[in-house]
Amino acid sequence: MITAGIDIGSITSKAAVLADGKLLGTRVIFTGYNSEVAGRRVFEELLEELRLDPSALRKIISTGYGRNSVTFVNKSMTEIICHGAGAHYLNPGVRSIMDIGGQDSKVIVIDEKGKVKNFSMNDKCAAGTGRFLEVMARALEVDLDGFGTLSLKAGSPSKISSLCTVFAESEVISLISKGERRENIIAGIHESIAARVAAMANRVGIVPPVVMTGGVAKNIGVVKAMEKKLGVSINVSPYAQVNGAIGAAVLAMGIK
Amino acid sequence: MPQFLLYLFAKIKKIILHFKKQKKMKEIMTVYYMEAKSARVGGRKVAWITSGGPVEPLIAMDVIPVYPENHGAMIGASKMGTDLCERAESMGYSTDLCSYARSDIACATVNGGPIGGLPRPDMLVCCNNICGTVLKWYEIQARYFNVPLFILDTPFCHEGFTEEARRYVRRQLDEYIVFLEKACGRKMDHDRMKEVGRLSLEGQRLWQAVLDTTTHSPAPMSAFDAFYHLALIVTLRGTRDVIDYYTQLLEKMKDRVAKGIGAVPNEKYRLLWDNIPIWHRTRWLSQKFASHDACLVADTYTSAWCGTMKYIDENRFFDSMAEAYTRIYLNIGVDEMARTVLGMVDKYRVDGIVMHSNRSCKPYSFGQYDIQKIVERERGIPSLIIEADMVDERSFSESQVATRIDAFMEMIKQRKGV
Repeated sequence: MITAGIDIGSITSKAAVLADGKLLGTRVIFTGYNSEVAGRRVFEELLEELRLDPSALRKIISTGYGRNSVTFVNKSMTEIICHGAGAHYLNPGVRSIMDIGGQDSKVIVIDEKGKVKNFSMNDKCAAGTGRFLEVMARALEVDLDGFGTLSLKAGSPSKISSLCTVFAESEVISLISKGERRENIIAGIHESIAARVAAMANRVGIVPPVVMTGGVAKNIGVVKAMEKKLGVSINVSPYAQVNGAIGAAVLAMGIK
Repeated sequence: MPQFLLYLFAKIKKIILHFKKQKKMKEIMTVYYMEAKSARVGGRKVAWITSGGPVEPLIAMDVIPVYPENHGAMIGASKMGTDLCERAESMGYSTDLCSYARSDIACATVNGGPIGGLPRPDMLVCCNNICGTVLKWYEIQARYFNVPLFILDTPFCHEGFTEEARRYVRRQLDEYIVFLEKACGRKMDHDRMKEVGRLSLEGQRLWQAVLDTTTHSPAPMSAFDAFYHLALIVTLRGTRDVIDYYTQLLEKMKDRVAKGIGAVPNEKYRLLWDNIPIWHRTRWLSQKFASHDACLVADTYTSAWCGTMKYIDENRFFDSMAEAYTRIYLNIGVDEMARTVLGMVDKYRVDGIVMHSNRSCKPYSFGQYDIQKIVERERGIPSLIIEADMVDERSFSESQVATRIDAFMEMIKQRKGV
């Protein structure tokens, strides 16, 4: 049985295909303006890459912010349930997931079967999310991919105290004009994200082992800052960004 | 009195009498606001009072009580809150100020909103058992309308209730009567006060009985229905109208229970609501939860108007008001609030709690994280926090709230093994 999961996020869209529970492949594209088109395109491109005919797929679940915009799926589910299922699939021992996506951050606690026991999500504010990092990268004129490694070279991280993305950006700009080192500013940004997400983690009662998923997990600086803040080690799977799509494909196996 | 005023008064009275025969919420509230708006013509006084304030002495003095907070809810429900809040902000009030206060302060200056503004008050009665904002809010309105203001100060009950607190509040109740007698120019009829007290308690018992019908599964009504039917116990507590209305409503609910009719057609999950409704989104929320076969069967909000019956002494109603009005849900410590919530979790057999973290209402939202933890620990029941505001639509993000509700319901389904 071939199943698929499509995770349409605010910044990127992801797809994953499983054959009898074995991961065949994944794909990531930018979502852009039209989430329906993005959902369809990432799915079709993955099928083409895997040389699969769409008719071979009967069970598809969509998730993410654009989950209700695609019509060719059997069902849509929220990212929380899908990230739980995805993390459990990749590592059955995992008990907590910290997912930082484009406009959401969330902490999910799962049981030994991968079912969600509890979760907590950020409030309406986008600070502490991928979008926050994007805004900061632009202000610092650094490629987002270089953010993580640059921050590891920081001497002492700058203090970014504002909770608001817009005000934090002006804080960063004033640090730049004071001649603060770029590495220190970036490390400060990572610490501010870690502080916000750690507060959620403590609220929901995080249980190790912990994995980090979502696009921001690719940023080693955020992961290190988070480990320091929480005092636990955090694993990052190579599939961190497509974890939600994999979870959706796993859950699609349960569709009757 | 000029001829045309007498004519107008007679006309209004005729319409009121016609409506009074009906026992429907809309008619009763229409009559209520018409009476309040024409009070001056009829020679009656109008008092603005806070939602948790002792209304019974006003009823006994034949003063028409008007509730800026009830008006705030109407403004929110008719989606007029943002405009009025923005107007208050342009007058210089902070966006962090309660949206009931902002919309009321703004509305008074423009006579806007769904009913063209509230009738002008002759006096203001402010009880700080619900929050501290009302003190400044009522002071502002007392200055604006140049009318006398009575403040009833109810000390916060961190734990229990002290004899000193009882004496302190009881003495102020005497001052309240002196204030009313002066404002109305006549003496309080204490027999009438006793009768009003009796009617108030009967109204509260009936309201509790209506709310208790949802202990049945499927629940014959939901919290969203309670938000609607609540208006009378808040505004007209102590009158006969309340008793007639809730007697009918109770019969109707009992009938639905007997026939097995639920508010949500296929009730599978039962939830408890905490905090003031998001007035501008009640329909959307109701449909959202119903789409998951979930019914909000009870709430901490509507039950607050019958939550202190245990402190009321039927034979000494006036004296016992001191304790009953001081120990309301928003004026007690978080531990006792949590005990109340746990009691409701058990009584209504709920699978989860939906908490509205209300940007406007700090005393209501303040303890939610603690209560959430206590309920999870004591009963293993999950809860969801929705960030919004009761009136100000700018504090609501639909797709974010939708995702949180969907995820919460998926989790509850997984927990219940569906």
